[in-house]
Amino acid sequence: MLNINTSLCKGCSYCIKFCPKKILEMGTERNNHGHFFPHITDEASCIACAMCATICPEGAIEITKEETNNG
Amino acid sequence: MAEYKRPESLKKTPSGFCPGCMHSLATKLIAEVIGEMGQVDNCVHIVPVGCSTLNLAYWQGDVLGAAHGRAPAVATGFKRSNPERLVFAYQGDGDLAAIGLAEIMGAANRGENFTVIFFNNQTYGMTGGQMAPTTLIGQKTTTTRYGRDPETTGYPMKMCELISTLEAPAFVARYALNTPKGCRDAKKAIRKAFDIQMAGKGFTFIELLGNCPTNWGLSPLQTLDYMESNTIPYFVPGVYKDKYKDEVK
Repeated sequence: MLNINTSLCKGCSYCIKFCPKKILEMGTERNNHGHFFPHITDEASCIACAMCATICPEGAIEITKEETNNG
Repeated sequence: MAEYKRPESLKKTPSGFCPGCMHSLATKLIAEVIGEMGQVDNCVHIVPVGCSTLNLAYWQGDVLGAAHGRAPAVATGFKRSNPERLVFAYQGDGDLAAIGLAEIMGAANRGENFTVIFFNNQTYGMTGGQMAPTTLIGQKTTTTRYGRDPETTGYPMKMCELISTLEAPAFVARYALNTPKGCRDAKKAIRKAFDIQMAGKGFTFIELLGNCPTNWGLSPLQTLDYMESNTIPYFVPGVYKDKYKDEVK
């Protein structure tokens, strides 16, 4: 499961560039610090490769294992 | 399925760095390694002067301040008197390759048992983007407004190559942080360097190629392409020296 801590995000877009499934998109809202932040367009397609989390300079993205196992 | 958590050794506050700056990426990688090694309470971060100190805002471990460029000298003293501690100096390129050149070469030549992590973004970030010794030929900075000219300012300094010619250093390597693969390789190298240090096997030096969107005058995404086409061909990533190739995994 992909979690974006939007209050830490600075809107650099690295996660969007490196997402192999292209399911991240820059939003139009701003966080408390005035930065735009990405949102997930299709979470079901996420393969949890952690590319976005690895390149995120702020450590704002976390990947957690889902409790339910559907294969 | 991969699992990825923000390192516990970083406070849950935004870093002090500009958007897209790879200083915060490098800090995160170091924090991850220290967390995985269980050394959060045992590590000491030696901070010199420059943008590299801005990670103090969210760093949880112990920190020791040094004068500009003198982090290796302070780290030498600290490590010699506390050999059980995990000591690393995190320095920028203006700090390490210009002001602190004597200290880094001295510490490397003596084979002091600590790790230096050198963040190379080819500019003096904190003071307003002046030319550093590592600035690329033709790269525009506030002090080389028409691009760096080797006739008057010389050529970019390759620190990994320089330090790997010395006899004492145990592990010298360079990685670029502009891709997730580069980040993962860099993390492995940092782990290896810390393992070598904790085994008491000598001086380790990791160079991380980074960016400075603010002073390069590019967006964060443009800096990734700039690094790929300009920085990486000149500062070639790779392992330059590995004394204990087979002994420390």
